[in-house]
This record gives sequence, C-alpha cells and structure tokens, in this order.
Amino acid sequence: MKKKVMKGKRKISVVLSGFFLTVLALLFCSPVMLLLSGSVTGPYELRQMLRPVLEDERYTAAEVRERDTILWEPVPRYPTGEHYQKLLFFTPQFFTVFWNSVKLTGLIIGGQMLIAVPAAWALAVCRFRLRKILFTLYVILMLMPFQITMLSQYLVLNGLSLMNTHWAVVFPAVFSTFPVFLIYRGFASLPEELLEAARVDGAGELGVFWHIGLPLGMPGILSAVVLGFLESWNLIEQPLAFLENRQLWPLSLYLPEIGPDQAGAAFAASVITLIPSSLVFWLGQDYLEQGIISSAIKG
Amino acid sequence: MKKKAGGKKPAGVPAWVWFMAPSILGTACFILLPFGDVIRRSFCSVLGGQFTGLSNFRTVTGNQAFRLAVKNTVCFTAVCLPILIGSGLLIAVKLSRLKHLRLMKTLFLFPMAVPAATVVLIWHMVFDRLGFLNGLLDNLAGRLPGAVQAALGISGGPVRIAYMDTALSFWVLVFSYVWKNLGYTIVLWMAGIMGIPAAITEAARIDGAGERQIFWHVVLPNLKGSLYTITVLSLLNSFKVFREAYLVSGAYPQENIYLMQHLFNNWFVNMELDKMAAAAVLLAAVLLVLIMAVQKVRPE
Repeated sequence: MKKKVMKGKRKISVVLSGFFLTVLALLFCSPVMLLLSGSVTGPYELRQMLRPVLEDERYTAAEVRERDTILWEPVPRYPTGEHYQKLLFFTPQFFTVFWNSVKLTGLIIGGQMLIAVPAAWALAVCRFRLRKILFTLYVILMLMPFQITMLSQYLVLNGLSLMNTHWAVVFPAVFSTFPVFLIYRGFASLPEELLEAARVDGAGELGVFWHIGLPLGMPGILSAVVLGFLESWNLIEQPLAFLENRQLWPLSLYLPEIGPDQAGAAFAASVITLIPSSLVFWLGQDYLEQGIISSAIKG
Repeated sequence: MKKKAGGKKPAGVPAWVWFMAPSILGTACFILLPFGDVIRRSFCSVLGGQFTGLSNFRTVTGNQAFRLAVKNTVCFTAVCLPILIGSGLLIAVKLSRLKHLRLMKTLFLFPMAVPAATVVLIWHMVFDRLGFLNGLLDNLAGRLPGAVQAALGISGGPVRIAYMDTALSFWVLVFSYVWKNLGYTIVLWMAGIMGIPAAITEAARIDGAGERQIFWHVVLPNLKGSLYTITVLSLLNSFKVFREAYLVSGAYPQENIYLMQHLFNNWFVNMELDKMAAAAVLLAAVLLVLIMAVQKVRPE
C-alpha cells in the first residue's frame, strides 16, 4: 500500500519536473521565436510594437513611468516577406558580409582539418619521446584565452603584412590546438591491435592513417567540424581587432551595426545568420554532444 | 616524399615528424615564438626597447582600469560557476528520468548555435526600461498584497529598472552566460550520470533507499570526475563572455561589465603594446598556475 503511494508520488514529481523543464527549455529558445516573428512583421506594425524600446533613451526617469512596457504579438497581423526581400535584393553590403563569413568559416575549417587531423594522428598513434611534452603543451595552448595570445598574433600578422586581410583571422584560427585535442580523443580510442594488424599486412604509416585512421576516427573529426563551425560563425574578438576595413567584416560584427530603427532588417539578417548554424547544429547534434564530452580533459 | 617517409624505419625521418610538422611549425610561428617576443617586450620600454625591469608590470598592476577588469572578471567567474554547475546538475538529474530526453537536450543546447550578434535587439527588448522583464515584474507586483509591495519597496508605481545602464548589467551578463552555456553543462552532467552503472542505483533502490538518498549517496560521489571537467571548461568559457558584453553595450560598457578584453582592445587601439605585453604575461602566468593546481587535485 505504502509502496503504491510512493510510486504515485514519484510519478507526480516526474510529471511536474517534466512540465517545469519544458517551460524552461522553451523559454531558452524564445529569443529565436521572437526573431522569427519579428522578421515577418511589417515595418509599421513593428515600429508600433517596438516603440517603448526605440524611444527608451528619450524618456526621463519620470516620463518612463508613464509609459507602458513593450507588448509583442507572436503572430503578426499582416505577415510580410519584405524585410527579406529588401535585405537579399537591395542591400549589397549584406551580401558582402555574408560571403565574408562563409569564406572565413570555410577557410578556417578546411585549414584546421588539414593541419589538425595528421597532428592528432601522430599524437594518438605514434610512439615518440617528445609525445608527452607536446601533448601537454597543446592542452595548455588550447586553454589560453584570446586576451593572452592577441598581442603575439598581432606581432606575427603585422610582420607578415597580413593585418587587415582575411588571413589575419584565418591563420591563427587554423593553428588552434583545440581541434587537435578533439580529434586526438577519437583516434586514441582505436584499438592498438587493429593498427598493428594493418602494419603486419604491409601497410605503410600513411596507409594505416588513410585507410583505418580516417574512416574510424570520423566521429571525432566531425565533432571538431561542428564545434569549429559554431565558433567561427560567431567570431567577434579576432575580426574586431585585426580587420579595420568594414568591407572585410563578417556577419557577427555587421549585425549589431544595424540600428534599431531598421529593426525589420535586423530581424531578417539575424534569422539568415542563424540558418547555417542551426542547420549544422541540427545535422550534427550527436557529434556536437560527443565533442563536448570528449573535450572533457582527462589528460 | 611522404610515401618514402611512411615506409621503412631506417629511411631517416620517422613518420610522426611528417604528421606533426605542419601543426608544430604553425603553432611555433603563430603562438610560441611571438609569445617569447611578448615576454621580452614585457620587460622593455616601448620606445627604444631598453630593458626596464619590472616597470611595465608595476604600471599595469597600478592601472585603475586593469584592477577594475580583474575585479569584474573574478567576480563574474565566482558568481557564474556555482550557478551554472548547480543548475546544470539539477536539470540533468531531472532530465535523466524523463522520456523525451533528446528533444529537451536539443532545446537547451540550441543557444550554443545562436550567434551572439543575433540577440542584441532581443536583449534590448527584454532588459530596457520598458522591456519585457519590467513588464513581467509589473504584472507580478500588481498581484502581491499591498503590505508585501511596501516591504519590497515597489509600491511607488510601475517597475522601470534600467538593467543595462546600472550595476545590474552584471546580472544581464551572468544571465547571457548561463543561457549560452547551460546546455553544454547539462550534456556533460548527463554523460556522467549515464556512465553510472544502473546496477548500483538499482541495488540501492532494492535496499530501500529513496530517490533523495540515492542521489546524495550513490549518484553524487560518482560524479566527481564530471565536476572537475565541467569546472575547468566553464572557467575557460567565462573568458569568452566578452562577446555578449561587447554586443550588449559596445566598446565602452557600464563599469560593472568592463572586462579584460575591453581593456586589451583599448590598449591595442592606442598601440600601448608594452602594457599589453605585461598584462598578457601576467595573465598567462596566473592561468598556468591555475591549470597546474587543478591538475593536482584531479580525481582519478
């Protein structure tokens, strides 16, 4: 009897916590819903709704008490695609920054794979004397924030006259040691016997890497790609410091420049920025989770 | 060339060199060697480059802005880590008992995919004086009995707090950080919880332990490793919160969210490279000591 009561109690608590968590999770995603609905709301309606926020700076402390807080219609009365139309067809600058972002992200991910995959393989599979020291060094470098490496990077980039070019953002990112670490985790879990067997069968080191390492280490590589994409699509510090020319800026710096008076354009641009990273997130969630778990440092 | 190197051992260069060479060269050129130069510069004057001993370090540590940035960074970390780690664990434990786990994890992880720049306008809509948050507080406050309202000091009309322009901007930043990183933390905790063999918790349950007892005496002791990892990762991510701070309030923020990166950017714009060098060396030394200390206490 008692047991039954307890079971019933447990069930209620599970349902309650489930409900609470769902509300919280939806709240977490609500900014995205706002972006979506704002991007299809007509300019007039948008201005009406956003007025309290747009005019915020004009009000004194006394005046602001007289005003009502912002109200939001989740579904616009007259949905429209005009913000997207304007942005995509009549704003050449948006195209420039969009392709800047695509170019930067593509070069960074491509470069990281070329550099990090072989390095991770060597650290995971080859036995050499410097291995431990190199690995420790890589982990320490991976943990250093941009504040510490900023000046070093500037000195090199300036010396190579790369400042104010896309390479100034690409090169330092390509040689980041974080992807090496992530991919290393995937390679390190391959059984030693498998590689030994391939060597006995006459495969060279390169053959073992190409035919066994790459296919079996793919999950680790893909986690590095997913995490690398989310990071490079969202770059702020590096382009802010190293790119003076606004024509070279990526989306992540251009977006906040759109004033609130052009809220419709800002919403539409935000949604377009969000699409690639949501797509990568959606397709790669398993790899993302795997990547997060293996970024856990176990030395 | 590569084939030869990969073939037989006596052929000279071992295979690992070929695999590692591009990465080592790049790391050396872009990080290690220039950092050596940064260390040298931290001991020299910016003009002429004479050796000036510790004078750069003295200038930096005496600098008001530097002290403010350090203080804010330390405060931020001290507040954020417990909130993030605690709420992450709570949610992970609750989630691990639910059925539609994957969908929920997706929803919590999604902010990770939202570029900071896209939420600038949204944050204004929420945190401005006439934003959603004040609207919500108005609504709640209106429903409280008058005595409670008076006790809280909100009986004098509608709530119109300017979160972004007052000391409260610190909490907006804390919220942004938790919003972005909670999913990450939940995934790590979940991995830890799922890693505990079901046999152990089942055995405890058969022995008559309640859910609460199981959590405190069985689940929690098994999560020490996860706690270690999550703490280290969250600590490192807290250095990236500049993104949100910059986007919310630009290069000159309210003083409670003036962070290390703001300071570095200002020095950079003014080309005060000697200060940057000294501060970078100082920061690197502190982090290095921290990393070493953390390695020491790492559980098996």
